[in-house]
Order: sequence, then structure tokens, then C-alpha cells
Amino acid sequence: MTQETETIIIGGGLIGAFTAYFLAREGHPVTVLEKGFVGAQSSGANFGNLRLQGRDPYQYPLSLRAQAIWETFEETTGESFEYDRTGHLYIARNEPELAKLEHHAEIARGQGLNIEMLATKALKKRFPYLAEDTLAATFCGRDATANPRLATPAVMRVAQRFGARIIEHCETLSTLHTGSRFEVETTKGSFVSSSLVNAAGAWGGAIAARFGELVPVFSAGPPQFVTEPFPHVIQPSMQMVNGSVIFRQIPRGNVIVAGYPRTASEADGNHTFVPPGKTLAGMEALGAVVPLLRDAHVIRVWSGVEGYLPDMRPIIGPSRKQNGLFHAFACCGHGFQIAPGIGAVLSELIRTGHSDTPIEAYDIERFRNQVPDNEKFIREFDIRTAGPAAG
Amino acid sequence: MSAAVALAEAGVRPTVIDENSLAGGQGFRQTNADIELDTRAIYGHEYNKHQNLHSRFRGCLDKIDYRPSTLVWAIHGGKAHTLNAEGFSEIAFDGLILAPGATDRLMPLPGWTLPGVFSLGAAQVALKDQGCFIGRRIVFAGSSPLLLLAALQYHKLGARQLCVLDTTPLRQKLRAAPGLLQSSRTFVQGLSYLWSLKKRGVPVHSGVKLQGIEGQGRVAAIRYADAWGRKHRIACDAVALGYGLRAETQLPELAGAEFQFDHGLRQWLPKIDTSGRAGDCLYIAGDGAATGGADAAIASGMLAATGLLGDLGMSQIGKDRRDLQRQVCKLRRFQHHLAKAFRWPHETAQTLPDHTIVCRCENVTAGDIRAAAKQALGPIELNRMKAITRCGMGRCQGRFCSAALAEITAAACGKPIDAVGRLRAQAPVKPVPLSTSETTAR
Repeated sequence: MTQETETIIIGGGLIGAFTAYFLAREGHPVTVLEKGFVGAQSSGANFGNLRLQGRDPYQYPLSLRAQAIWETFEETTGESFEYDRTGHLYIARNEPELAKLEHHAEIARGQGLNIEMLATKALKKRFPYLAEDTLAATFCGRDATANPRLATPAVMRVAQRFGARIIEHCETLSTLHTGSRFEVETTKGSFVSSSLVNAAGAWGGAIAARFGELVPVFSAGPPQFVTEPFPHVIQPSMQMVNGSVIFRQIPRGNVIVAGYPRTASEADGNHTFVPPGKTLAGMEALGAVVPLLRDAHVIRVWSGVEGYLPDMRPIIGPSRKQNGLFHAFACCGHGFQIAPGIGAVLSELIRTGHSDTPIEAYDIERFRNQVPDNEKFIREFDIRTAGPAAG
Repeated sequence: MSAAVALAEAGVRPTVIDENSLAGGQGFRQTNADIELDTRAIYGHEYNKHQNLHSRFRGCLDKIDYRPSTLVWAIHGGKAHTLNAEGFSEIAFDGLILAPGATDRLMPLPGWTLPGVFSLGAAQVALKDQGCFIGRRIVFAGSSPLLLLAALQYHKLGARQLCVLDTTPLRQKLRAAPGLLQSSRTFVQGLSYLWSLKKRGVPVHSGVKLQGIEGQGRVAAIRYADAWGRKHRIACDAVALGYGLRAETQLPELAGAEFQFDHGLRQWLPKIDTSGRAGDCLYIAGDGAATGGADAAIASGMLAATGLLGDLGMSQIGKDRRDLQRQVCKLRRFQHHLAKAFRWPHETAQTLPDHTIVCRCENVTAGDIRAAAKQALGPIELNRMKAITRCGMGRCQGRFCSAALAEITAAACGKPIDAVGRLRAQAPVKPVPLSTSETTAR
């Protein structure tokens, strides 16, 4: 039996969840098709940072809109995903890094954010556990964290209460547009709709390719690990501006750590294994920043399957080949924070054809021409595997 | 040890990486040389076998690169990643034989996290390694032939206030007897444990239902209902729990082994052929492949070694190998009958009170797991259940709670046990210290 709806979302990650939530909240019929469990891929395996500092300058309107949603979602819905306004510390250990901090801070202040610049003495007073040679850091109190393992199921449940249909273990076999509507064949039957959202994360390139839009998306994940729990002393999440390590301590006491460079996923596209050498490098980097943690034990290592593009920008917005198709995938490792904003914008585009939040920089059209590699992309990957995704 | 001896004798110099400081694993554990312990009493009629294997291993030590007190914390890209007192290191290999062994399978019960409660294996380690009893008044509880063996070992070394509580009813044991007779030697040996305990005046109660362990800050008593439903309370200061063995599967998984559900032993085990082959130049021997006991450990170690030599083009399949295969197969089949005589009481998971702690590392209760499963879009698979509830996410990485987690999840979701999946293994296999990473050259 063919099931009809207004909008089909392919991909039950956090973007799919927020898009479904914003559509369903307005009474718009929406169905989410998820090939596995909701929030089980990069939406659930990421670091959980809701950082406003140091973002792509163009992204601030979207990012700030997203942060406002994160800040009130639990209160307005009664669901919990351990949102915690921890603040975030960006750390420099030498002059060039400090210059970078100042540059990021200036951009963020231009967006109305309160960024504190802390020199060695102030740092030592506020964060006495940081290494002696820490030069300076910027702190933004509006930066926050949330538990990625809980976030997507929580948002999906709210969307469901507003009437969204969430179908797990429903793999998309084919998607086509027949002139008047989208027809999606899945392992759980046929679905038709007037709009289609491609929120398939690292698998989004394959969906776009079915509509003739080829993008050089590829899958990778950062090495992540977690220590055993010990007394809660590190309040903000912390990041070396040189990209070597980012970490946060949760109230339970464990320190969660992500390091770089990232690793390309396995050929099956479904797993990213962390080479042990990268875990050791991350451990060493962490011990250098917070010597106190040298006594800690690492209990678990993991990564995820995230979609990346060589310019380190996601693809968000309408398809340039098919009316009614909208893309939101390959967030290049920074999709968690902006996901609510993407959901809100897509919901507006689908319902009204317009959104005030600018997203043009993320247009899929940019891949018609050669896109220059981002400096961050070159630094944070050790294996270059980019190439157009095959359908 | 058995595989290393076979490889050494064939002229290959194997590297043996052992987490323990003394060779022998669990079944052939060497007693601490600094303490005067009656090893002969501990090992009983297994003593000669024990001595023989150790002397063969010692005799080959000059042909083995032996690395004791060394943990393999990850296997990746054809290398074993190790940690010992000198730091992190890696060892490239052409062939890999894994003998990770097993630990006790545990069914939680209220109070099982109190100090004074040990796994059965830990109770044996305390005895062999440190010459200690885990308490003065000790209850061995659960469902395992090793309960009888451990109680006997304790009694022989002087412990007196002992009791065995076995959750499998006597009639089920009788029903399993014909199958057990297929390996009459092992069966008789088991009966002899029981007989010795009776003779020594150690009470053995079968068909009990364990209800809880009591105590303020440490174990004071265990409560149970006997086969007729009468309730009892035994004052004690230590409890050793065991419900048969649970294969250590992390290293095989990291090395690329595939898994299948063994309905007889009711657990996921690596897929192996009759030689223990789990992949390209990858072999798994001993209880880590499937419970088989001491004799199967020796035979499967030799099999793995000859299999690997064959893969490397260094030996031919001979008659010996087929004999060994038959032997291992028979011993492992025996364990399936034994698993009926000493049943894993999986249905207990359904009736555990909600407040029972299942994951002792992360303090997750049976009620937490059931509540997560009941939610809309709630987890119906173990890795998802772990992600939502933290059960299995702590220091032991699910090694001690995953069997119960699987049973509770399956019961809460109304699914068969093999449909809720298994926890994925992730490095490190055991916790590794941050500090050591700095001292290691990479």
C-alpha cells in the first residue's frame, strides 16, 4: 500500500528530527524514513558541542537561531537531552594561535556575543588545572553542550507527538519524481509526497546523485575517547585553537575527548575505526593541556560516520535540479549545533518558499565549479579520499 | 601455552603476549611462589596435567618471545597494540592466535554490588594468586560446576564455613545426565566434587531461587527460597557468584572475527571452523572460542597452532589434527549438556526488582533499562540501549553486565534473545592510563 504525506524526510538524524518537529508543529504532514535507528549515526556519536565561537563567519545567523532553540527546547517540550550551558574555552599556547583567537573573537563580538579574553594570570585563577604554559584563551558563556545520544530520540518523540510519522529500519531503495510528486520505494513499502528532504548525512550524496546532483562528499570521523569518571572539576568545554584536542567533563565525571586528524570511514561506508596511534596522540595532547588528567584511564574509544566536503561547509537548501527537493547533509563535523536552525529554515522553505535566515553559502550549486579546499580540511585530515559520490 | 609449545616445536618463534604476570591463564593458573600453598590440593586430579603443561612451556621458553604482564588493548591493521610497564608498543603479526579465555557469567540480584561479593573466578584468583579466602563464612551461589570445584578447593585449604547454593533444580540435572555420560570421565570427576563436598560436610542446595544479598556497607547474609519455596537466610561475610562462563570476545571482534548466537550456551560466540579458524590467519582457542574446559584448551591450542602453520604453508593436515578436532568437538558438545545441568536462569531477568543494579560501573538499574524500552522510539537493540541508559558504558565495557542487559532488554521488548544483538567491542579492551602515552615513541 502506498502511503501519502506532504513531506518525506530521508534520514532520521538530528536534522531530520528538527525538520520533522518544525513541520509537524505547524500541522504539516511529515514522514521520516530512517534506514536504522533514529540518531544512531553521527547525530548520536558526535562530541555534543554547542559552540558559537569560531564558526564559519557566514554561519552566525543560522547558528544563533539554532542556539536559541537549544536553550529553550527542553523547557518547552519536557524532554531531556542534558543541555548544559557550560561555556566554552578556546585555548592558545603561542602567539600565532593567540592571533587566531583574537580574529575569531572579533567576528563573534560582531555578532553580539560576549567573548572574554583571558590572559595567563586570569586563566590560572579561573582554571588552575590548565598547564603552566597556557598563553591565553577566550571564553563564551553562551556556548553549551548536550548529550548527542539522547538528543535525536528526544526531538523525534516531540515531533511524533505533533503528528509526525517516524519509521525506523526503513531503507530507501529508490527515489524519483514523476512530474507531480515524489515516489519513494523502501524496504517498508512505497511512500509519495510533494516535498522531499535529503537529510541522509554521510549517505546524502547518494540521494542527491539520484537527482543528477553530484557532490564530492565522503565519510570520515574524528578519533574520540572517554576517560573513567572522577570528581567534576572542569566546567566549560575546552578546545585547543590549533585543533589538536577538544574535551569536556560531564557531571557524571567522565572526560569526553575528540582529537584530530580525522580518519576516513571503511569502504562499506558504515564504520570508522580509530587507529590506536590516533588515540594515543589524543591522550598525549590532553595530558599536555590538563596535566591533572595524566592519572586518568581511557575506557572507550569511538568515532562516527560523518559526511564531509572539501570546503568544510554543509549542503543546505533547495535542489537546483528538482523542485520540491531540499538538501541538508554533509555537515563536515559541525552539524550538531546548527541542526535546530536547519530544521527551522527547511520548514519555512517547504511551507512558505522563503526564510529570512541566509543559507546561500551552502547551496549545492557551488559544486558545479571547482571548489577550493578549506585550510581546515587540509589540516584536519590525513587521508584525502574525496571524489564524487556514486549513486 | 599449548599453542606456543606447538609452534615452538615446529620451529616457528611465536610471540606470547600474556596479561598475567605468570603463564597459565585461569584454569592452569600458577599459585603464587611467595606463598606456601598446597598446589596439589588445589588442582586435585588435574595436578599432573597442570605440571606437565607448565613444564613443556618452560622447556620451550628459549624458543618463544614471551611477554608477560602485557595487555593487548587494541588490534588494528595487522598489529597488536600493547601496554606494559615500559609503555605502549605495537607488534606486527603474520598470524594471530587469540586465547582470551572467559569470565563468569553473572545474573545480578539485589545487593550483588556490596563489598564481599566476588565473581567465582575472582574467588579462585584470590586463593591461587594471593593465598587468601574471600571471607570466613562463604556462600558459593549461582549455577555452575565451578561452584563445586571452588568450594572444594577452599575447603581443602582450610576454609570451613562454606555453603553452595545452586539455582538449577535436581530434576533438570537428572534429565541432563544421559548427555553428560557421553564424556564419562568429566562427568565422574564432577560427581566426585559433589561427593567430596558431602563427605566434608559442605551443604549443597539445588533448585534454589536467590532473592538478595543483605548488608550495611558489606555482605552480612544471602536470602533464597529453597526448592519447596521455603525462605532462608544464611549469615555470611562473602559470596562468590557464577553462572557458567562467558567468553571474552573483544579481541576476536577487534581482530575481525564474525559472531553467531549459540543457543545452547545462550551467548554470542565467534564463528570458527573445527580448527578454531575465524579468519585469514586468525585462530581462536580455549574458552574464548566456546566453553570447553582445560582439556579442550590444550587441544584447541594445538589445533590453532597446526591450523595456522597450515595457512602459512608450513604443515600438512595429519591424522593427529583430525583426532584433536574430534576431541575438542566432543568436549564442547559436553558443555552444552552441562549448560542444561547448570542452567543460566535467564528468566530471572524478567522478575528482577526494578531497583536491582545491573551495570555496576554506571549504576544502571533493571528499572532504568525497562523504562527506556517502554518509551516511544525506545531502544530495542543492545548498543542503542547502552547509548540511552549508559548500561555497559563504564570501566568494564559491559563485560560483566551485558548478559543480563541482553536478557532484560529482550524481556522488556518481547523479543527473542538473539534479536536484540550484542554490544560492539571498542578499544581499549581494558582501561589504559593517559600518562603512559607520553613515554611511548610512535
